[in-house]
Amino acid sequence: MAQIDPSNRGLRLAVRYAVLVLIAVIFIFPLVFMVVSSLKPDQQLLSDTGSLRAFLPVGDISLDNYAAAFQRAPVGLFIFNSVLVTAVTVVLSLLVCSLAAFAFVFLEWRGSGLLLSIILATLIVPFETIAIPLLLIVNQLPWIGLDGFTTGWLNSYRVQILPFVSDGLTIFLFVQYFRDLPRELIEASRVEGASWWMIYRRIVMPLSGPVLATAAILKFLVMYNQYLWPLMVVQEEGYRPVMVGLQYFFQLNRAWGEIMAYLSLITLPVLAFYFVLQRAFISSIASTGVKG
Amino acid sequence: MTRTNLMAGTILASALATGAAAQTELSMWYHGAGNEVESEIINRIVGDFNESQDEWEVSLQSFPQGSYNDSVIAAALAGNLPDILDVDGPVMPNWAWSGYLQPLPIDESLIENFLPGTKGEWNGELYSIGLWDAAVAMVTRQSYLDQFDIRVPTLEEPWTLEEFDAALVKIKESGEFAYPLDLGMAWTGEWYPYAFSPFLQSFGGDIVDRETYSTAEGALNGDAAVEFGEWWQSLFERDLVPGTSQDPADRDNGFVEGKYAISWNGNWAALNILNEYGDDTLFLPAPDFGNGPVIGAASWQFGVSATSEHPEGAAAFIEFALQDEYLAAFSNGIGLIPPTESAAEMTENYKEGGPMAAFYELSESQAKLRPVTPGYVVAAKVFEKALADIANGADVQDTLDAAVDEIDADIERNQGYGH
Repeated sequence: MAQIDPSNRGLRLAVRYAVLVLIAVIFIFPLVFMVVSSLKPDQQLLSDTGSLRAFLPVGDISLDNYAAAFQRAPVGLFIFNSVLVTAVTVVLSLLVCSLAAFAFVFLEWRGSGLLLSIILATLIVPFETIAIPLLLIVNQLPWIGLDGFTTGWLNSYRVQILPFVSDGLTIFLFVQYFRDLPRELIEASRVEGASWWMIYRRIVMPLSGPVLATAAILKFLVMYNQYLWPLMVVQEEGYRPVMVGLQYFFQLNRAWGEIMAYLSLITLPVLAFYFVLQRAFISSIASTGVKG
Repeated sequence: MTRTNLMAGTILASALATGAAAQTELSMWYHGAGNEVESEIINRIVGDFNESQDEWEVSLQSFPQGSYNDSVIAAALAGNLPDILDVDGPVMPNWAWSGYLQPLPIDESLIENFLPGTKGEWNGELYSIGLWDAAVAMVTRQSYLDQFDIRVPTLEEPWTLEEFDAALVKIKESGEFAYPLDLGMAWTGEWYPYAFSPFLQSFGGDIVDRETYSTAEGALNGDAAVEFGEWWQSLFERDLVPGTSQDPADRDNGFVEGKYAISWNGNWAALNILNEYGDDTLFLPAPDFGNGPVIGAASWQFGVSATSEHPEGAAAFIEFALQDEYLAAFSNGIGLIPPTESAAEMTENYKEGGPMAAFYELSESQAKLRPVTPGYVVAAKVFEKALADIANGADVQDTLDAAVDEIDADIERNQGYGH
């Protein structure tokens, strides 16, 4: 029996790549199954699940399931709603949480340590426990809009955005990252007469690409996957996001092909967002050790 | 001056005319989003109603069924319920008790001839009414029963426990099927109490004691219930039915693919099976396990929210929807059982001699409501877990005792749910 020579660099590389390929395959197969299944009629989809054909675009292939999915539910509207709510929340969250973290790390003020501890403590509170009190609060909040002064935020985009703009995890990520930035840069800028706002905008934020990417991706995933909250605060179809929309496809007689088509469609914005930010995301994981 | 008066008069007349023509809006929630046929019918009813009179205008908001109950509960907390909403029959007492619904102010003579399962009554008052009912049957093929020399049961003479059990064993021994019977274990949730508590009731037990509704003691863990539990467990131990890990796809298609010889299934799945097997299809009554054959009753029903400021308008809409034409449309569209004989006669499948007429007869003669109590929503979940545990090999008596404790504790926490 041949022995593997540890000094054989080529063989070691081959083994390493084989393992990496295997891991990649394990992670990518569900996606392949989803997309391939979305092209098959239900009968074939179900009969293929027991074999490797489940991962191959063979047999009666068509886009019929996509057409049927658009027929069953306003798919475009749901994707638009989710992308809008997610994008606005991510942008606002990066701004608000980075400003908060900046204040905690670089400004000296009484009680900052205690307040940061309290904010971090919110990480252990599951959303489900505060969902009902939050519902009662947003239902009483005032708003001034095109209809004039109104009370209650239900059935709107803002009710899906504003409660999630600030959160402990995102602030924590920024705090950790800012603490590793060289203090000399900040001190030198102060000596040169730069204001705190200028230091935030011109020095700290341009150096924060990796943490911005990490925070953006984590926030994106949380917001894009929102289900419970929109279920509670949105009764009008016009404001429903993709995850609530998924329920449209779970009828008594399930059309699995349409479900796969819908899932493929709503996965596209997630993949696009990840590919745009993946370099910064990987660099962030490598440099901070933060895992999403 | 004259011109001013004329203008003022014109404006007043115009305002009065507008006021007279304006319809008061009634909001309505329905659980059928994503079901194209159902949505088309409910939209047609709403459109017809709005055109039929000048006083009310119903505005429909559809929700996907899977998240509907949670949406209603959240809206109730926020004081944001619509005027009209639909409610699953067994959940209705809970919503009435919780103050989400008010008694339904419709002319009850309109529903005299409705199937009993369609009437949502609690505490002596009508809270909801269904435009259809649902039923389950032992679905099989004449050719299978002929092949294995098994008697075709009738409403008057259903299978006995021994007869039913022997038939399953006989089919199993042939080796021609993956399992002789498909109970639908993959359909978790309300399917378990809806489809399987009738077996328990036919054995002589129940989910709770219906005399008092204040305990499950004796009903869910008495001798009859234990006898049921042991038989239930033996079905899985003897591989007569697929277990809790059944693939949902097999539940949907296993019978038409020939994996199962008999399927315990609902009328909503019957159209697919009829399309596959045609005249060879049989819809058979539930077996009699000792205390008469029983199947579940009650499906989705319409009610008026407690916060509605226009209950008379909401009732007018519901009365309008009770016309045979619409009852038949739901039946023809999605295979549901029409609640009246006259509506059944207007349908292809449920009219006398129709291929699914058996379901109407089953609803009429075997249907039993799930426990009519606000505590049902909790008891149903406890029952579901107990049945799954027993199917997976848990001790029958211990599991049922634990289920009784859990149900009783919930009843106590809620001060008896008003019983």
